[in-house]
Amino acid sequence: MSILYVILPVALIVVFAAVIAFVWAARRGQFDDLDTPAMRALHDDPSEAAKPKNGDDN
Amino acid sequence: MRPTGKGYEEFDHDAFRSLYVTPVKGGLCRTELYLEGLHCSSCVWLVERVPLLLAGVARTELDIRRARALVEWDPATVRLSAIARQLDVLGYAPHPFRGVAAESMRRTEDRAMLTRIGIAGALAGNIMLLALAQYSGWFSGMEAEYERYFRVISLLLTIPVLFGPGWLFFQGALASVRTRRLHIDLPVAIALLAGFTRGAVNTVNGSGPIYFDAVGMLVFLLLSGRFLQNRGQRAAADAAELLGSLAPAAARVVEPDGEHELPAEALLPGMVMSVRAGETFSADGEVTDGRSAVDCSLLTGEPRPEGVTVGSAVYAGTVNLTGALRVTVTRAGELSRLGALLRRMEDSARRRAPVVQLANAIAGWFVAVVLVVAVVTYVYGLRHDPARALDNAIALLVVTCPCALGLATPLAITVSIGRAARRGILIKGGDAIEALNRPGLIFLDKTGTVTEGRVRLVRWEGAEWAKPLVAALERESSHPIAIAVQQAWPAAETHAARDVQQTIGGGIEGMVDGRHVVVGSPAFVARRTSEDDRAYDDCVPDSHSRDDRAPSHPASDVRIDAFAEEGLTPVWVAVDGAVVAHAGFGDPLRTDARASIERLRALGWRVALLSGDHPAVVRTVAHQLGIDVSDAVGSASPEEKLQRVEGARIRGTVLMVGDGVNDAAAIAAATVGVGVHGGAEASMSAADVYLARPGLTPLVELVEGAHRTMLVIRNNILFSIAYNALGATLALLGLLDPLIAAVLMPISSLSVVLTSWRGRTFDAPAAPVAPVAAAAAPPASLGIPRAEPAP
Repeated sequence: MSILYVILPVALIVVFAAVIAFVWAARRGQFDDLDTPAMRALHDDPSEAAKPKNGDDN
Repeated sequence: MRPTGKGYEEFDHDAFRSLYVTPVKGGLCRTELYLEGLHCSSCVWLVERVPLLLAGVARTELDIRRARALVEWDPATVRLSAIARQLDVLGYAPHPFRGVAAESMRRTEDRAMLTRIGIAGALAGNIMLLALAQYSGWFSGMEAEYERYFRVISLLLTIPVLFGPGWLFFQGALASVRTRRLHIDLPVAIALLAGFTRGAVNTVNGSGPIYFDAVGMLVFLLLSGRFLQNRGQRAAADAAELLGSLAPAAARVVEPDGEHELPAEALLPGMVMSVRAGETFSADGEVTDGRSAVDCSLLTGEPRPEGVTVGSAVYAGTVNLTGALRVTVTRAGELSRLGALLRRMEDSARRRAPVVQLANAIAGWFVAVVLVVAVVTYVYGLRHDPARALDNAIALLVVTCPCALGLATPLAITVSIGRAARRGILIKGGDAIEALNRPGLIFLDKTGTVTEGRVRLVRWEGAEWAKPLVAALERESSHPIAIAVQQAWPAAETHAARDVQQTIGGGIEGMVDGRHVVVGSPAFVARRTSEDDRAYDDCVPDSHSRDDRAPSHPASDVRIDAFAEEGLTPVWVAVDGAVVAHAGFGDPLRTDARASIERLRALGWRVALLSGDHPAVVRTVAHQLGIDVSDAVGSASPEEKLQRVEGARIRGTVLMVGDGVNDAAAIAAATVGVGVHGGAEASMSAADVYLARPGLTPLVELVEGAHRTMLVIRNNILFSIAYNALGATLALLGLLDPLIAAVLMPISSLSVVLTSWRGRTFDAPAAPVAPVAAAAAPPASLGIPRAEPAP
């Protein structure tokens, strides 16, 4: 079972990497706005011609 | 939303730039704008296409939940006012975002909290895994060498959790000790510290229980609860803030070389403003030229316009209705009457003592009981089993850590705030929910709260054939009475009015279909008809309307009195010199008002009216609503409203419900302030709760929902105390081994989470308040269409 002396630190390094990645993302503001990016994905590429469109139904 | 067609010149002004614009790399400028009228994903598409529509705009990025657009542009190529006009043309009227500093603080705070939760979650999860291995080793045996290894690693993982993310609880506990105000953080910190210290000592000694899994999980769960709570409250605060950015930001100032738009912040006394019909005054001042009617509802709460002429005083925030005015500024910004009122509002909001949360109240005796029981356990253990006495006492401290108690309130409140928001009830703080559970006195503002807050045609007595004539004439005016007529008879008319003349404070007259039509106050119409010297019979086209002919003057007076008694403004209609109809205009009661008030009474609240309107009208409304006349206060100035609310607070809970700036100070001073749908921005930022649906039904839902939320909280607290009592008993008897502790703790937290999610707090009203149209608004609503106007 002496493999534990290797495998456990390795697992912890992976955890450490994940935590670093999460903290980096949070600091960069990746979690600030969780709604708009989801909608943005539905739209066409901005390179296409933008035709004025009435997006308002009030 | 339609384009407003404004010029937005103030966006280019130096004062605006220094307030809201920051320079960024590459010579670009950046600002944030609040946008009105956003609702769906195509709005994101449209707003983010602005760089393609307008050269010089580098980037527009929308945050749709907060209704905020980040704009970056090149000031050498394009002006901000052009960008604003473009957004306006697309249908999203832009407003400067005034809370940049607060927002960036909030963002930092949110990110820091997320970081804490991320670290605590990852490490606590791994500590749990290690603990699982140790517990199974406990059953099937484990080599001492590996057990020690696992323990040391658990300790190494617990240290960063406790002194990183968990440091927040020690700070809270320290603050609680320093201010001598008990807070739930205190027992949490004691348990964390006791568990960790004992665990560390036992790790070094190589025997006895360690509590690292419990400590790590505690930190993670409590942090998550706290984060959720903050988020829910923020969503409501954001919505109120959006409305806060809608105040007029610009004024048109007359200077020798013409008129310029200036930001309202840059106005100085002595400047002359030009204010067109339909515009809002940006400062207090004195009229130097022109005549008009002014809608003072912002300050008085009443929709009836007041006439102004040269020499009259006008106030910031009120709306110029009919004619163009020149106004010399006397007081601007914070010195204006509006500014002073808002300052008083902020003062009373600051002075208000916070509501003591149930969980914190319990935390007090909780600490005492737990410490006493821990000492008893230790002393009892010394006599019977000295070797395990200390371990038993510490096990007790850990197992009784108020994890469930700490989660009980925030979680239940968060879930409720979220559900309430979906029903159009925006609650800014958990305090409001707790306070609403002690029934007391409800002050309702009259206009706009129990009534619709708009002038409407309520009564028409007389000739039907005159209606198209009146409608044709009133189409030419923007007076509130005219608007009420247009709303009452929206059908397209073929008639056209000519030679229309309006007399401010009197009425309107003109030729329709070749007939002379006069509509106005009884005195005005009497004056006009007596001037006309026409043949009597000519003016009555058919036998039916012969009966509708003008009554003699005494009868007219009787009718004026009758209208006044119902709170209606009398308007007489004369055609070709004879009075043919009597119209009563008023502000009809909301259809759900009476039923809602009865429901509130049944829940134990005393309901009172507090209005700036004429006492006679307030009494009439009170009578119609079944409110005791002694509880109906009229002619109350904003200052008197504040005084009454403060006076009533000494005796108990006070709920102030209102919609105007004139209610804002009172709303801020009340135990719970409620702003209603369609209200002024100030009343919203002052309010603890904002009702985004019209009517009083949401108010009833709020009170009932708060009640049900409190039930969930009480149940949660009972649950967690029961678990703690069980744990304490086991620990006292020395039967609590670490495995049982490890199982017991998550179960108690989990049960609290479940009951919070399951609780039907704001899902649907238990007893829906049925609109009682006929009973609630007696003659008020007969035959008048009540369609909600389009926003």
